[in-house]
Amino acid sequence: MACNGPGCNSNCYKDEEAEVASCAQSSERTKSGDAEANPIANTLCIKCKVNEAISGYGGIDDGRFCADCFRNNLFGKFRFAVTSNAMITPTDKVLVAFSGGPSSRVALQFVHDMQHRALRNFDASRDRSLPVFGVGVVFVDESSVSPIHSNELEKAVKDISSIVASLTPPTKELHVVPIEAVYSSESSDRRDKLIKLVKAVSDSTGKEDILLYLRMLALQKVASEFGYNRLVLGSCISRIARHIISATVKGQGYSLPSDVQYVDARWEVPVVLPLRDCFAQEINMLCQLDGLKTLVLSTSPHSGINSLVSSFVQLLQEENPSRESIIVRTAGKLIPFHFNRIPEIVDGKTPLATQRHQKRYNLKSNVSVSSESFCYLCNSPLDKSETVDLSNLENHRSSDVFGTSYCSSCRFQILPRDPTSLEQFYTLLPQSVVARSQQVNNRNLSVLREQIQDCLLSDSEDET
Amino acid sequence: MDETGAKPKRSGARLCCTCNQRRAALKRPKTLEQICRECFYDVFEEEIHQVIVTNQLFKPGERVALGASGGKDSTVLAYVLSKLNKKHNYGLDLFLLSVDEGITGYRDDSLETVKRNEIQYGLPLKIISYKDLYGWTMDEIVKVIGLKNNCTFCGVFRRQALDRGAAFLKVDKLVTGHNADDIAETVLLNILRGDIARLSRCTSITTGEDGPIPRCKPFKYTYEKEIVMYAYFKRLDYFSTECIYSPNAYRGFAREFIKDLERIRPRAILDIIKSGENFRISTTTKMPEQGTCERCGYISSQKWCKACVLLEGLNRGLPKLGIGKGRISVNDSEDRNGSDRGKSIASKQCGTLDF
Repeated sequence: MACNGPGCNSNCYKDEEAEVASCAQSSERTKSGDAEANPIANTLCIKCKVNEAISGYGGIDDGRFCADCFRNNLFGKFRFAVTSNAMITPTDKVLVAFSGGPSSRVALQFVHDMQHRALRNFDASRDRSLPVFGVGVVFVDESSVSPIHSNELEKAVKDISSIVASLTPPTKELHVVPIEAVYSSESSDRRDKLIKLVKAVSDSTGKEDILLYLRMLALQKVASEFGYNRLVLGSCISRIARHIISATVKGQGYSLPSDVQYVDARWEVPVVLPLRDCFAQEINMLCQLDGLKTLVLSTSPHSGINSLVSSFVQLLQEENPSRESIIVRTAGKLIPFHFNRIPEIVDGKTPLATQRHQKRYNLKSNVSVSSESFCYLCNSPLDKSETVDLSNLENHRSSDVFGTSYCSSCRFQILPRDPTSLEQFYTLLPQSVVARSQQVNNRNLSVLREQIQDCLLSDSEDET
Repeated sequence: MDETGAKPKRSGARLCCTCNQRRAALKRPKTLEQICRECFYDVFEEEIHQVIVTNQLFKPGERVALGASGGKDSTVLAYVLSKLNKKHNYGLDLFLLSVDEGITGYRDDSLETVKRNEIQYGLPLKIISYKDLYGWTMDEIVKVIGLKNNCTFCGVFRRQALDRGAAFLKVDKLVTGHNADDIAETVLLNILRGDIARLSRCTSITTGEDGPIPRCKPFKYTYEKEIVMYAYFKRLDYFSTECIYSPNAYRGFAREFIKDLERIRPRAILDIIKSGENFRISTTTKMPEQGTCERCGYISSQKWCKACVLLEGLNRGLPKLGIGKGRISVNDSEDRNGSDRGKSIASKQCGTLDF
């Protein structure tokens, strides 16, 4: 329990022995950060009642805490999200998606702080029963589809490498992957294929969204290739609030709750959002206070639904600093899906401590919806009315079936309208999307098969 | 963007894409198809007919009151509904029901429009006034409380007035002119306000089925722009002045946003409604319990209904009673439009009868 003492002074000695920024920061840094952030601050921190509060960054807690308590509060929100949802357990290997932006920078920092602390506990403990979870970092290079100059990219990768290198001990592996890695490595023209795929999408919102899905595929690919079992994203309240409104506008009300939970295990490697309770403004403030280096890469100019939503939510947030959190809380009251929790592992190999950990925290989702079918493109769960009748599935060619299991949003804003371009679009999709669709179909078929098992005369699939 | 790149060509060479015979006269706001007037009337009316049929809004022989303010929505509704009633033999007895809030220079004029509609469409009209019902006109209320929160009074009183008027007419149903834009806006506002109870019911086409008089919205999927277009081409007689008590009526920011969305993607309005319909709300979420007002017997989730609380305040000289209580007033702008109970659409001019 660090950082809860009055003014955090009791814990500040730790910084002298640890070079890295841990939760408890040195008071010298605090004061300088304080002065920088708000020279006219004249209110005391409501928590420690010793230091001056910092303000001016926005969010609900603006102007309530001093720099130390602010930092602890933010880290506390992160840690609470992690522990109460069993996001990271000692045996895990965690991959942090780092874009260079403030949110993922803070996610990376906090994960590191946590890992660093776990390492110290490990070193200090006698029986060493709790191993230290592993951390890796991934950066997706999107230069093939965004206007990033090669020099800019080179510099970005260099910066990111130095950031990751500075976060030791323990050392973290950095993976830099091009987004075209969603295609199998054998295909030599994968960059062209990706460009063609994105070009085939005429709607500008659809173009942005398909990149989002491809990015997730790329992240998943790295995660599973290198044996990670968690993917950490830096999505904060502000981002999630925007997603809620955009998804509503795109008619995705059914699948919306699946995207706004702490855990999203519909992917091969479960995705976790430990910054779900932090405001973007708080995150920016922390970056500023602690001098966390972030980078901004050039992107295509945003137009369309997403940017419209973004400016709308920003307007609302300025008018009321808790608006984003109200939006997220409202969506939080919608029923989540069965995959919105970390799946429990019940094999004998899991250390007892991990099992206990999971038992303690994973029991809270009591209501959830199970959905069997997902959009092949964005992987959002499909409402029953949107799915095809699977009973005559075998009469279709695979591409026909393929064309029917998309959510209405993808059908409208991503898939080309005319049949020829649609056919071509399918050929451009990464193998993993195709594989997923086949996998889903097979799973559905086997569910059907199970139901009729007693009436089948042969065990093999072909003869039935 | 899905604007299909079709600029409205004024050359006149283009034919209606539905009938392929007449010259296209307009670009349909909902689909951006270029069609002629006749086809527009047909598709506009047919869509409403389909909504009525598929949702079984009415049964033959029912008495139905139309909330009529004299504004575009209710005027088009009265026109279209009486037309469809004849054309498809719904067998409905239609009535116009207006509320006279007692706003000089606004409602008296709009009521003249409704009175003309009464003759034009041959529908019996009942006007129910705040003065008769509550003993106060809006003019008198505004004198007491000023221009702040006046919309709260008006909104709460109107809701009850419509129900009382409907009961007077002994109708089985009350239809209102809420259009697709209104409903999309309500969905968004309920998300923004965190009002999960309303979010779960705001997209229902029929509400209050457990109450004495169910209400329904045949325009649920009808775009505001198309209603305006219909009224314009048909030269319908409607009243379009803003209420004098919400001067330069604050157009809700949600409404602005929806208009922006519609510009780049017309189907966004329908998509928002679809999202609203598909939201699955946990049954464990606390919902307000429906009861009746101990004082007047009107439906209420509290001991007294909101109208009685407000009225009590007025009569006791404490007009602030019941305002902003138990609810954090989200912002001033929303207040102007009456963000209080019973009111769910922020951008509507307060004088319309569509609540």
